[in-house]
Amino acid sequence: MTFNPRASLACAALAAAALVAPGTPAYAQANEQFFPVLVYRTGPYAPNGVPFANGYVDYLKLVNARDGGINGIKISFEECETGYATDRGVECYERLKGKGPTGATAFHPLSTGITFAVTDKSFNDRIPIITAGYGRADSVDGTVFGWNFPLGGTYWDAADILIQHIGKKEGGVDKLKGKKIALVYHDSPYGKEPIALLQERAKMHGYELQLLPVTHPGVEQKATWLQIRQNRPDYVFLWGWGVMNSTAIKEAIATGYPREKMYGVWWSGAEPDVTPAGEAAKGYNALVFLAPAGQGPVHKDIVRFVYDKGQGAGKKEEIGDVLYNRGLTAAMMTVEAVKRAQFRYGKKPLTGEQVRWGLENLAIDDSAIKKLGFTGLMTPVSTSCVDHAGGRSASIHTWDGKKWVLQKDTYTADQAIIKPMIRTSAEKYAQEKKLTKRDCAKESQ
Amino acid sequence: MLYRENGQFKSTYRADLQMLPILQDRVFIGVLVVLAFFAVPFLASDYLFLSMIIPFLILTLAAIGLNLLVGYCGQISIGHAAFMAVGAYAAYNLVLRVPWLNFLAVLVLAGFIAAATGMLFGIPSLRIKGLYLAVATLAAQFFTDWLFARVKWFTDYAHSGSVSPAPVELFGWRIDAPVEKYLFLLGVLVVFTVIAKNLTRGHLGRAWMATRDMDVAAEVIGIRPVYAKLTAFAVSSFYCGVAGALWGFVHLGSWEPLAFNLNLSLNLLFMIIIGGMGSILGAYYGAAFIVVLPILLNQVPQWLGVPLSTATASHLEFMIFGALIVLFLILEPRGLARLWAIGKEKLRLWPFPH
Repeated sequence: MTFNPRASLACAALAAAALVAPGTPAYAQANEQFFPVLVYRTGPYAPNGVPFANGYVDYLKLVNARDGGINGIKISFEECETGYATDRGVECYERLKGKGPTGATAFHPLSTGITFAVTDKSFNDRIPIITAGYGRADSVDGTVFGWNFPLGGTYWDAADILIQHIGKKEGGVDKLKGKKIALVYHDSPYGKEPIALLQERAKMHGYELQLLPVTHPGVEQKATWLQIRQNRPDYVFLWGWGVMNSTAIKEAIATGYPREKMYGVWWSGAEPDVTPAGEAAKGYNALVFLAPAGQGPVHKDIVRFVYDKGQGAGKKEEIGDVLYNRGLTAAMMTVEAVKRAQFRYGKKPLTGEQVRWGLENLAIDDSAIKKLGFTGLMTPVSTSCVDHAGGRSASIHTWDGKKWVLQKDTYTADQAIIKPMIRTSAEKYAQEKKLTKRDCAKESQ
Repeated sequence: MLYRENGQFKSTYRADLQMLPILQDRVFIGVLVVLAFFAVPFLASDYLFLSMIIPFLILTLAAIGLNLLVGYCGQISIGHAAFMAVGAYAAYNLVLRVPWLNFLAVLVLAGFIAAATGMLFGIPSLRIKGLYLAVATLAAQFFTDWLFARVKWFTDYAHSGSVSPAPVELFGWRIDAPVEKYLFLLGVLVVFTVIAKNLTRGHLGRAWMATRDMDVAAEVIGIRPVYAKLTAFAVSSFYCGVAGALWGFVHLGSWEPLAFNLNLSLNLLFMIIIGGMGSILGAYYGAAFIVVLPILLNQVPQWLGVPLSTATASHLEFMIFGALIVLFLILEPRGLARLWAIGKEKLRLWPFPH
């Protein structure tokens, strides 16, 4: 009577769970490069998450169908739904990081919250975290953030460019003195990132910065826009995502705030943001970096090799939308990094650490862009061990009621202001985390 | 048969008062603890630890805390993630500002700070009851959401309001591998479970339960409601504070106020409702249900080799998960712990029911 069979049952169950739970995926463990794909196709951010994911996946399919993989190494990939929630994002990261013959190539978390959480893990797992145009602004510093790649620019660059643009409109940044700028932002790390830079610039130019947080998911903004109606700021910067963007534009229309004086960050300037308001959103501006809306030769290939075979991830009409193109560009840069790393490590499936070398030696110049079929769709990117962004220029585009129209000026963020901020912030992070900094001079041979 | 306590005579008061009076329970729990400490570290994969077991352990601790308040003392709270947040940020600031402090001391201090906050927000319970109190506890949630998002001092003036402390170090032991995290958390959880179990059996637990069952009668027999209710709030918040600190330091590694939002509060409440109110064991079941099940459901189509799109799979996850909650509450409104108790009753007689 002292023996308890349920105990042994529990033991067996535990053992079984341990065996089953890691999963036995259906792909072959052959000569493949595994791409994890974190997506959100459900929830309040799905309108923006879906086109990005479609673009990303379509490009991977294109490389397999058109080129037979990356130099003969087929790409395998698996999607995991995060719902833009940090905890589920981390779970997805853990689920996918070890798959494929050499583990995950690189992650695109597509959420600043998830980026912060997995940045911590990247040091142990040695897998690059690519945050093209989002994530931590200070992660440009590759000596501290060895695994983060904010390719193309950060929110500090974005905010800096917006100030430069309105300064130019006013006839010089010194004319901004006494002006009122309101920042309507998503109350999360994402929305808070630009504040530090805007405050720094406010000190220099003497404009008044008004901070208006909007709580997740951002469908309730009546109070925010009431404040805007009372204060009448000269400009409104919008740092939203998902339904928050379209709600903000609709509220602006309801309160009669001129759309011409509204500027969105590059995540607040896609078709799903303005189409709900339709014609009335006319005049609204947003930043655009790397990939604006439009079609290039690469899109023709995608139609030919992917969509015509019934393999497309989304609708054919949505090819060439802003966020679709951004997903496409993100995938392209990752594939290029793998290609670059293959030069050094050989044409075989590569580990995350090897791909990092590729990401640190990325050189996508105008001729490479043309060759890849991305002409007019992106600005050159060139990275190094110290500089993990590789580019920091952007333009403005304006919604004319039917489509996005690109303005001709291109701006580059002022590094004289941003660099010292990055250094202080990265130092602080290294100190808090007790990290030893990398020595790029030693690694670069 | 299996669970018969025939022949187990208690000849001393001590034996009669022990925590697990039935021999089979003692053996079972003993084997389980030994397995958890010595077998699981070898069996489970890193993925299993990081995505399921570690969150399960920490949220169990929080659910035990909430259960002491809601299940044992009858004071509903739908703002308990607030006390987790207080614990997490208190621990962060202690580590930041008093770097020489041992992490165990940090945990306990963070717990006490959360307990003090909990008592403060428990004061309305002296005047209002039931659902009205539940609404009042929401204040705690919204207050901490505001506090940690707006008062920059708590986040050490981080640009984006997100804090990221260094990995936990305990007497030179750097806890960063999944197995190490697991063992550390398991140790903490076992200690706190034993304390909670004993608290509920002692005079404090009896005072709580008397207040829960009928507060007027409890007052008549000499239990001070102020004392009973505020201690329940304090102990419960202490547990949640410790759980919050562990959630931030051991599980998330870096977090923003959003990590402790209303959603987490509601999840904690669901855990104890589904697991079983007024049962320590129920907290374990409830946490397992809420933490592990959605992740498993999300992966089932893939294991079966069913080619579902990612969106469909996660819609299915929500639907099945919701249906299961409804199903369990209809089948056994008193929670999974009650199902377990019924099973034990049956096993007393099985296989000879006459």
